[in-house]
Amino acid sequence: MRRFNMFNLTSLTFGFVFLYLPLLLVVIYSFNDSRLVTVWGGFSTKWYGIVLNNEAYLEAAWITLRIAFVSATLATVLGTLSAVVMVRAGSFPGRTLFSGMIFAPLVMPEVVTGLSLLLLFVAIGLDRGFWTITIAHATFSMCYASVVVSSRLASFDRALEDAALDLGCTPVSAFRQVTLPVIAPAVISAWLLSFTLSLDDLVIATFSSGPGSTTLPMKLYSSVRLGVSPEINALSTMLIGIVTFGVIAASLINRRQERRQQQDTRAAAAAA
Amino acid sequence: MNASRKLLILTPYLWLGLFFLVPFLIVIKISLSDSVTASPPYAPTFSLDEGLAGLRASLAALDFENFTWLAEDGIYFKAYLNSVKVAAIATLITLLIGYPVAYAMAKAPQDWRKTLLLLVILPFWTSFLIRIYAWIGILKNEGFLNLALMKLGIIDQPLAIIHTEIAVYVGIVYSYLPFMILPLYASLERIDGRLLEAAEDLGCGAFAAFRQITLPLSLPGVVAGCFLVFIPAIGEFVIPDLLGGSGTLMIGKTLWLEFFSNRDWGVAAAVAIVLLTILIVPIVLFQRHQQKHQEELG
Repeated sequence: MRRFNMFNLTSLTFGFVFLYLPLLLVVIYSFNDSRLVTVWGGFSTKWYGIVLNNEAYLEAAWITLRIAFVSATLATVLGTLSAVVMVRAGSFPGRTLFSGMIFAPLVMPEVVTGLSLLLLFVAIGLDRGFWTITIAHATFSMCYASVVVSSRLASFDRALEDAALDLGCTPVSAFRQVTLPVIAPAVISAWLLSFTLSLDDLVIATFSSGPGSTTLPMKLYSSVRLGVSPEINALSTMLIGIVTFGVIAASLINRRQERRQQQDTRAAAAAA
Repeated sequence: MNASRKLLILTPYLWLGLFFLVPFLIVIKISLSDSVTASPPYAPTFSLDEGLAGLRASLAALDFENFTWLAEDGIYFKAYLNSVKVAAIATLITLLIGYPVAYAMAKAPQDWRKTLLLLVILPFWTSFLIRIYAWIGILKNEGFLNLALMKLGIIDQPLAIIHTEIAVYVGIVYSYLPFMILPLYASLERIDGRLLEAAEDLGCGAFAAFRQITLPLSLPGVVAGCFLVFIPAIGEFVIPDLLGGSGTLMIGKTLWLEFFSNRDWGVAAAVAIVLLTILIVPIVLFQRHQQKHQEELG
């Protein structure tokens, strides 16, 4: 395969330049002293100060974080339950409808999901705000969470749980003591995924928000519509930084856990 | 069925029923209703007090007026057609860019692969809006691309790229590239290297080996990646709104404007129903494909 190396290297370089150059430009120009976005006027961090003193951004960021936290937690619980139902419950009346409802939100256009939820909230007379956005986010995130957890659950050896049941565990405590620790990494990934999906969502949040509940993407969207500005570069850079840090930390933790699990398996095999 | 099992099934079931299925039924109902000025602005309403006769009368009042409106005004038809066209072309470009990258990743040394994978996923975790925003700075008339091209002496007038369909293609390809690369990488990585060695031993050239072994075996990834880009791209709102101009007609944007600017809920609901009808075929095909794929793996 040696003759492909040049070709592979070129595609990788081209691909990663394409993926990262736009973001890199945003980061570099967030330190630009000039008000003109594409003219370099020297290094400065003043735009960061301006963003951090902007009440509207801070308030939006705080609401967004709270919504993401609550909706991710709800989505993880509901998604894990649905994963257990999908993988374990066997047949029950309406199973096809259930799997359809788990799958459909994944591919439903956001504008349609947003519109339909708004129409529901109006129909039942629910005041739009924090809770309507949270419910909306939990609903579409739980489907992603369920996919993540069920793939782990499907590869889990059921005999372990049966053994716990034989030894006198109730189904609930068997699940808590045997199954949950094994699927825990998937549950954590599901939570992180739901959290990020909620942080990032603009369309569904716009449909389900009310006065006084502007999320950060909504705020960012209205600023971006007005044009490119150094403040938005600074705000974007902060968000890029947070996400990069989070993803790298999560992957390091994940890798360490995997290594530990491998060691445990080896130790167990050696002991046996 | 014991009580705890019932509760286990009912909790997510009821949640999805209430927040996914019911809203969907409401959209269908409103798409068949007429708007009235009072709030909520649509008629007829169903009320339980009037009993069956009232329900029958309400059902009789439903009509297809909003759908007739969609059919009569050519602009909606154009928007649907254009969305399908833009999504299809963007999917093809994404495949052409994503395949070599996924291929190179699958061929990279084992201990690089995890890092490369992380590098592909990282931009996907970064806010969607920021990624679109970054392209505004590049594509606009006094943006980085025009600046660079003029400095290099390739052009002397800035190219008008932003607010054209080309900018929409760039936005979609960029935003959805990870969705293409990941399934492609997954299927390319699984290919048994011994098959290729055998082919070369039997006198197959590198290109012939690629065409006869690698490409067919990676088809599941190609199909999954194309669906993952094509399906969401059709209903896309943010990219045509921020990168495309007022001339770029896409159905997600039309729905948004119908709802937020024109405040015509009935027509917006009808637009949504027709959009879903268009998407049913690719969605069902995608689900079948995924199921088949899962069974093959399991």
